[in-house]
Amino acid sequence: MIFWRAIAAATLLAAAPALLAGEIAPEARRSGYSFMGPDTRAMQDDDTSNPGMLFVLDGEALWTKKTGSADKACADCHGDARSSMKGVAARYPAFDKALARPVTLDQRINLCRANHQQASALPYESRDLLALSAFIAHQSRGVAITAGDEPELKPFVAQGRDLFMQREGQLNLACTNCHDDNFNKRLAGAPITQGQPTGYPLYRLEWQTLGSLERRLRGCMTGVRAQAYDYGSPELVALELYLMSRARGLPVETPAVRP
Amino acid sequence: MAALINVPAKAKRGDIIEIRALTSHIMETGFRHTVDGALVPRDIITSFTCRYNATEIFRADLFPAIAANPYLSFFTIAKESGKLEFEWIGDNGYSSSASASITVE
Repeated sequence: MIFWRAIAAATLLAAAPALLAGEIAPEARRSGYSFMGPDTRAMQDDDTSNPGMLFVLDGEALWTKKTGSADKACADCHGDARSSMKGVAARYPAFDKALARPVTLDQRINLCRANHQQASALPYESRDLLALSAFIAHQSRGVAITAGDEPELKPFVAQGRDLFMQREGQLNLACTNCHDDNFNKRLAGAPITQGQPTGYPLYRLEWQTLGSLERRLRGCMTGVRAQAYDYGSPELVALELYLMSRARGLPVETPAVRP
Repeated sequence: MAALINVPAKAKRGDIIEIRALTSHIMETGFRHTVDGALVPRDIITSFTCRYNATEIFRADLFPAIAANPYLSFFTIAKESGKLEFEWIGDNGYSSSASASITVE
């Protein structure tokens, strides 16, 4: 028995030398979409039944709306989002040279508002911010995720990975305990997914609205009875970055629908 | 508010066609409380109407148990080319409309 186990372990190590224990091989990565039932898939697939598209429509209107004391719209600098924003969300969180740290797409929108539009920051999870980020991320639908490739991001990806592997909360669980080791099983009837962030911001039927990856992460933290990090905190950004780098190669689905 | 309408652009006379309408609305039930105990007032869509060339073909009353961003699907018979108009009416004077055209051959 021990002998066979040793052989199995040796084979695994030989097959995936770069992977650490518990990590998912690139070819085995699966979007949350593949864990859903046919009804929810149908809802996501048809743009006229996907409620996330309502937010994309709102975001499209905001894209061309002049705002702030600079009286500029996003479109005044970036032009047609269909070409200028294609593939952008697949690279986020991205490294910001001025701040010397990674920023999420939501933070980038607010930096743009502060620096170029002289407008006030949109609160996290506000309808306008979700609509704008959904509209921008929607332009990358089908583009393979490449976030975390920049060399400057390396320490932040490592920090996110540490947080992913770290047990926390009263239930003393790490993200990896469910999403690396036990995906495809069920937790109280709901499928455990790999936790690949392919479709954010996404429409969650439980929320009855669109929500960001940070909201989802905070939900998981509350679930293991840990103190959730604040929106925009360096820890959440690092986790988001690690999750995106972990989903490398999967196509963006924004706006996805999830149960 | 934003609405997404799915009506076939073309149909044969006498065909049964499916019409789908999704609109954006929070559908606040009026049963929830804030963290400090205040009741969140009800804010829902109460009525939906669809008119096909000014003739009403479908009407629905909506209630607090209906999810946010209500999605309605129903069928009608394609009779003539023209316009389908959709109207949502709700609490606090809410009103929203959308339209789609259809060609019947």
